[in-house]
Amino acid sequence: MAEPILRIEDIHKAYGKTKVLRGVSFDVAPGEVVVIIGPSGTGKSTLLRCVNLLTVPDRGRVWLEGVELTDKAVDINKAREKIGMVFQEFNLFTHLTAVQNVMLALTKVKGMKTAEARARAERELEKVGLADKADLYPAELSGGQKQRVAIARALAMNPKVMLFDEPTSALDPELIGEVLEVMQALASQGMTMLVVSHELGFAREVADRIIFLEDGVIAEEGPPEQLFVNPRNPRTREFLYKLTELYGEHGEPKSRGRER
Amino acid sequence: MRCVVYILPAAKLTLLVTVMSLAMGFVLGMLLAVARVYGGPVLRFAAASYSRVVRSLPTLVMVFALYYVVLMTDFLGGSRLASAVLALGACSTAYQSEIFRGAIQSLGSGQMLAARSLGMSRPVALRNVILPQAVRLAIPAWSNEAAIVLKDSSLVSAVGTVELFRRAEHVAAATHDWLTAFLAVGLIYFCLTFLTNRGLDWVERRYRLKV
Repeated sequence: MAEPILRIEDIHKAYGKTKVLRGVSFDVAPGEVVVIIGPSGTGKSTLLRCVNLLTVPDRGRVWLEGVELTDKAVDINKAREKIGMVFQEFNLFTHLTAVQNVMLALTKVKGMKTAEARARAERELEKVGLADKADLYPAELSGGQKQRVAIARALAMNPKVMLFDEPTSALDPELIGEVLEVMQALASQGMTMLVVSHELGFAREVADRIIFLEDGVIAEEGPPEQLFVNPRNPRTREFLYKLTELYGEHGEPKSRGRER
Repeated sequence: MRCVVYILPAAKLTLLVTVMSLAMGFVLGMLLAVARVYGGPVLRFAAASYSRVVRSLPTLVMVFALYYVVLMTDFLGGSRLASAVLALGACSTAYQSEIFRGAIQSLGSGQMLAARSLGMSRPVALRNVILPQAVRLAIPAWSNEAAIVLKDSSLVSAVGTVELFRRAEHVAAATHDWLTAFLAVGLIYFCLTFLTNRGLDWVERRYRLKV
């Protein structure tokens, strides 16, 4: 394996008495797509947030390109420019239009001039197929469009790694495809991606490796073929069976357990 | 009608006191609100205590207290007007801090997380992401507070500031027609409040967050 772009070492995190993460370690190679699955409440989102230190781990270390981010001397704001993050609930800035959402960090963090930032933001929106929506507010966009704007906003910063925290879980079933397509394209362009998702179809097709997280530890990890066809851990088998039952073979949801 | 003409010039002082108190309350209230949501335990406690104590005191008590403090310490030249603005501003600070705190909290944590994930420092995120949204959300409650401060400005007449209410008293004392004088000043307050609210309604429609 090439020199890892991202190294997670022995991450522990507890909220009060609840131990959410109990020693998680793994490396991510440049261009690798790692999908993290696991039952709810097993710390998948917490793990992702520990990578860019939105959540500070109680113990353990994180390296990006050989630089230890958990080192107190590191400027974490500078480091976060290299780690894009996409949230389940999109978290677009509601007072700004789509293009302004993408521009904000370019001007306020990267110090770009407005015209330059606007041109860059428009290019990013075009890449996610939303050039014609640039001047609409988030409230005027569909869920899938919002999430694509959020992806464009993260990509505009030129990140080395992208974190996706259940990017399609808040979407209506018919809107999931457009977001997965963008992610798939991104993966094929060689972006290093860490994805928390239950889209098994996506995991099977796009992931280089799947990590099954349970009770705050890695219960099993390996290439998709291994986990889907021949999981070593009976819990993995059980979990995947349940997901498949719920969402169908190809990650296409048969029915969603809730009305939206 | 003659009464209105005599009283009306004092509206300038009423508006001055109101606008300055609201401005003071806006700046300090916003700072307190940020302290309460994002501050450490000490800062949070201090900001919450200020709000709790001041909101428990009658505005009139604050008006007198600040008047004597300003007189005794000769602060700002011992100016009556300054003491009036300080008193109403101190009260409005407490109420506005509650308004802005509620607005910031109603945004949820996602906005701050998203801003930080893009590499913004906390101050940058506050200035560009959190506060612009919070201010917009706060407009309806803030417009209510503006009307209250406008009317409460009549209380500063108690320390001898010749604003609308005090002026009405002067006119009444001269004409011995108390009812007309107070009806006239009531009408003026109504018009000012009405215009303020209509103006802020417009601002609200113009800047409403589409959610």
